[in-house]
Formats: sequence, structure tokens, C-alpha cells
Amino acid sequence: MASVTVSHVNKSFGEFQALDDVSIEFADGGFYALLGPSGSGKTTLLRQIAGFSFPDSGEILIGGEAVESLPVEKRNIGMMFQNYALFPNMSVFDNVAFGLMVRSTPKPEIKARVGEALELVRLSGYDERKPHQLSGGQRQRVALARAIVFRPRVLLLDEPLSALDKALRLGMQVELKRIQREVGITTIFVTHDQEEALTLSDKVGVLKDGKLLQEGPPRELYERPATAFAATFLGDANLFEGDVDDGELALSDGTRLRATAPLTGVGKATCAVRPEKMAIAEEGEPPLADHNLLEAELQEIIFAGNSLSYLLRRNDIHLRVFAQNRATAELQPGQRVRLTWRVADTIPVEA
Amino acid sequence: MKARPTNMLARIYLGLVLAFLYLPILVMAAMSFNSSQFYMLPIDWTFDWYVKLAHNTRLLESTRNSLLVALATTVIASVLGTAASIAFFRYDFRFKKVLQAALFPPIAIPWLITGTAMLLFFFWSGIGRGLHAMILGHVALALPYVIIVVSARIKGFDPDLEAAARSLGANPWQVIRHVTLPYLAPGFIAGALFAFAVSFDQFVISYFLSVPGVSTLPVEIYTAIKKGFTPEINAISTLVIAFSITLLVIVSRFYRFGGDR
Ligand SMILES: Nc1ncnc2c1ncn2[C@@H]1O[C@H](COP(=O)(O)OP(=O)(O)OP(=O)(O)O)[C@@H](O)[C@H]1O
Ligand SMILES: [Mg+2]
Repeated sequence: MASVTVSHVNKSFGEFQALDDVSIEFADGGFYALLGPSGSGKTTLLRQIAGFSFPDSGEILIGGEAVESLPVEKRNIGMMFQNYALFPNMSVFDNVAFGLMVRSTPKPEIKARVGEALELVRLSGYDERKPHQLSGGQRQRVALARAIVFRPRVLLLDEPLSALDKALRLGMQVELKRIQREVGITTIFVTHDQEEALTLSDKVGVLKDGKLLQEGPPRELYERPATAFAATFLGDANLFEGDVDDGELALSDGTRLRATAPLTGVGKATCAVRPEKMAIAEEGEPPLADHNLLEAELQEIIFAGNSLSYLLRRNDIHLRVFAQNRATAELQPGQRVRLTWRVADTIPVEA
Repeated sequence: MKARPTNMLARIYLGLVLAFLYLPILVMAAMSFNSSQFYMLPIDWTFDWYVKLAHNTRLLESTRNSLLVALATTVIASVLGTAASIAFFRYDFRFKKVLQAALFPPIAIPWLITGTAMLLFFFWSGIGRGLHAMILGHVALALPYVIIVVSARIKGFDPDLEAAARSLGANPWQVIRHVTLPYLAPGFIAGALFAFAVSFDQFVISYFLSVPGVSTLPVEIYTAIKKGFTPEINAISTLVIAFSITLLVIVSRFYRFGGDR
């Protein structure tokens, strides 16, 4: 096992900068999710770590050692490809055995370890099948077994669950997490699915336009997004723009909002509030001291079974509030309501 | 959806097509066992023509020449063609499109014309005629077929397979041996078969490039027929057909082993 350090890595394709001064530390034995919109450079970053491609500048260390001159096959990295890349002419057994076979592992040991790996992914008894005789989820598990059987130092997973249906996906998430914990491999995991990133990983990194915007534990990233982009990309957020005035955010209509900490600096500022942190105040309920208060017009109520979404408008700001579906006062679209939420949930973000 | 030909008309049609394809061959094979030189029926079974054939040094020698030229053509065209296909797939270079397009016209140009051109060129350049000239000519004819067949196979290759093999610890040689070659094998074999067939079947160019006393089987058969037909020709043709069918069966089995889905 080994940590992976990416330090000031730049990578351009012609004029286009795919990675822009990216520095990340992937801790030994950790489970790290890389998140970002399409084209943000996630795959490119994985390819630099695996050694399929080389940074223009910057450095990559695996287990504390620079790997610049280490070819892919010597890096000892298990990579699971988005399309699985199983060898079509080989059986499941031979696919999984490949990493051991090329290392000239003795036959009996290969047999034992492949058996173990297939058991780990719950595919015992499928040894003789060819990849085209497997379902998508089974193929994926073969790819996973193949990537871990030779005990790589690092596991790179490029959107490994993207092709699966919801049920299979949830099952595989649990399996993936269990395997990773049992084997303890440093795992870097690319996904488009923010929920997957939040539930699976100990740490999440958000990439955008080749830059690492923010990284941290899922909870911290969700509760304290640093940028408006991170706030809206990872979960939902209401954004308030205004001017800094005496540590508070002054909206264009004069309403003043307090944030987690007094705002510093001068000029424009933005604050984000998660929709589930806001509530519609009861009629006549007195305002609380550590809460912000905002009046808005209720425009629509969206019913989603166990929860409700309220869509509201205040001047030119559109707001969204999530609530549990509890029997409360009947609200009607068009009604004016008061929104309240804790000052501590008002997060200053970079625009 | 593939439907079985169930109605009568379809069956008759199928029967006619098969008869059209195979009847002449069957008749010829049968006649090679008929003692009557004039195709008298009923057949009076005999191996005489095969015994005669065994003593016909000209036919046997030309068969040997044919096999020699075809094998040489197969080896050279397969290796060159596969290398070219890999280059087309893997690299971008100037005039790549032009080169790829240039593969097709030779297939469409009548062999008579290609043969005339080769004869002229080989004469002019001092290459001359003979088996070596035939091999050169056949390789040129077979190359486009090999490249087209092998390229079709390579196009379906997922480069991630090689990347995956490398990440699993395979050195470049192991990648080629365990991943790339097994994948390419069916295309390679099909290409080789094409090259062999193009050369073994070739009459026009072989005819132009043969020197008296050194020719290939088709040329020799043609010469023999001109002199007067003997059922020995039926016998050698039957043997050739048996050989071709055996080859095809072996190849088709290998094709499946090669990992084709
Ligand atoms: N070999 C290449 N040549 C030129 N441009 C490339 C190459 N590889 C990637 N790019 C560009 O670099 C950018 C980042 O690509 P990358 O594959 O890393 O995105 P990604 O974050 O993995 O996206 P997705 O979520 O869609 O897979 C893209 O704009 C892409 O077009
Ligand atoms: Mg990608």
C-alpha cells in the first residue's frame, strides 16, 4: 500500500490545458472520490498517475517515490477502466490471473489467489465463462477482481459503476467499500454521481476546468463549500449575492443576512444556503436571534412522496426549500411567507 | 431476425443455388474416377487417372511451384500487410488518407491489365520473369486484400485492452503476446488465407510472368487443355479442391479458437 502525491501537475493537449497546477495528497489506505463535470480532467489525472500519459510539469509520487521514469507496468497500480477492458479471448479465470501470470507467480498460488479474489467479488464458479457470457455487473466485478488480485499499491477506478442500474449500483457500492476496507488499498475513484462520492469516500476532491477547486471529507465539503460552483455541483444550494456591509451581506433590496462569520473585505460577496436548512416560519412565530429572516412569495409546491420542495421568489432571486412531508399549515402558491434559517448555515462562498 | 426458409419456393431456390455452385465441381470430381475419357455413363470407377497423374511430372512440378509461390506470397503479404494495418491504425502521418484510398484501385483494375503492366515493368527494370517475379507480382496483388481484412479486425480493437494489460504488469512483449496477437489472430489468418487464395488462383499474371518449363498449376492446366483435355486434369483439380476444403475447415475451427465471439 502506498500514498499518492500529486504535486503541481500541469498537462496540456495542444493549446488546451487539461490539468492546471493540480496538487492532491491521496492518503495511504484512503478512499478518495474525484468529482467534477465532464471534461474537467478527472480521467486525465488518473492517466498521469497510472503512467499512461506524462505531466508537462510537476511531480507524481507513489509511496513517497517519484515515478516519472517508472513505466506503467512497474508502477504496481490496479486500474479499473470505465468500459472494464476485459480480455475478450480469455476466460474469467485467465482475466483475473493475468496480473499474476505476467509476474511468473507459481501455478498453485495463482489458482489459490484467483479463487480468493473471485470469492471476494462473489463470482466463485464463474471461472470458465468468457466475458461476453457475463452480465454488466458481473463483468465489472471481474474487472475489480483483476485489478486487486495482484495486490497493487493503488487502485484507480474510472467511473466504475456508471453503467449499472440503481439497485446493482447500490449493491456494488457496498461491495466496493467492503473490499477496499478488507484489502486496505489506497483507492482513487472517479464518479459523476455526487451521492456516490459523498457516501463512499473519506475524502472528496472537486475538479473544474483542470483545477482542483476544493477537497476534504464529504461532510465538510457539503457543509462548507468554498465556491458557489462546489455548493451547487455537490448538492443543491440557494445563492445570495450582495454587498459586504459591516460584516453582513446586504442584498440589493436592503435585506441584511448574517453569515457563519462576519464577512471581511469590501464590495460584492456571495453566500450559499442548503435548501434543507431553510424553513418556512409559522404564522406569528417570533424571529429567533441566531436566525436570518427573509420574506418571499411561494410560487410552487412540488410533491415527492416523503418530501416537499417549495419554489419561492424574492424579487429576482429564485429560492428552493426542502421539507419533510408533515402535516403543517396549508400553504398556497401566491402566498407570502417568511423563511428562516440559522446564521451558522449561511456559508460565504467565492462567486 | 434470421428466419429459416420454410416455404417450398425458398427451398427450391436454395437447392438451385447450391446446385449451380457445386454441381460442376461434383461432376468433375466424379469424372476423375471414371475410366471413360469421354464421360460415358454409367461411371466405371477407377483410380487410373490418379496413377497417371502421379507420373505426370509437369503437372506435379507446376503444383509444387504453385504451392511454393502461394506460400511465399502468403508469408510476405501477411507480414507486410499486418504491419501496414497496424501503422494505419496506430499512427497519424501525412498522406495516410491518400495511401488508404490507394489500396482499392488495384483490386478493381482487371488482372489482364495489371499483368501487362507488370510484364512491361519487370522486363524494363531487369527483374525479368520466373517464380521470383510471380512472387513479387502476387504479393502486390494480395497486399490490398490483407490490409483490408486485417484493418477491419484491428479497427475493433480497444486500445484500453493494451493499457489494462500494462497496468496489470505486462511488459510490452507480454502485451503483444497475450493480448494484441490473440485478438488479431483471426484477422491475420483470414488475411493470410486471402493472400494464399489470390496467389494460388492466379492465372493471368502467372501466365505472363512464367518462363517455358517453369509455370504454376493454373498455367499448366491451361496449356494442357489447349493441347487436348485428359481426365488427369479432373484428378488434379479434385485434389486441389479437397486440399482447399480441408484448409478452410481447419481455419474455420481455428477462427473460433482465436477468440472471436
Ligand atoms: N488525448 C487528448 N487529446 C486532446 N485533448 C484531450 C485528450 N484527452 C483529454 N483531452 C481533453 O482534456 C479535457 C479533460 O478530459 P478528461 O478525459 O480528463 O475529462 P473527464 O473529467 O474525465 O470527463 P468525463 O467526466 O466526461 O469523463 C477534455 O476537454 C478533453 O477533451
Ligand atoms: Mg473521464
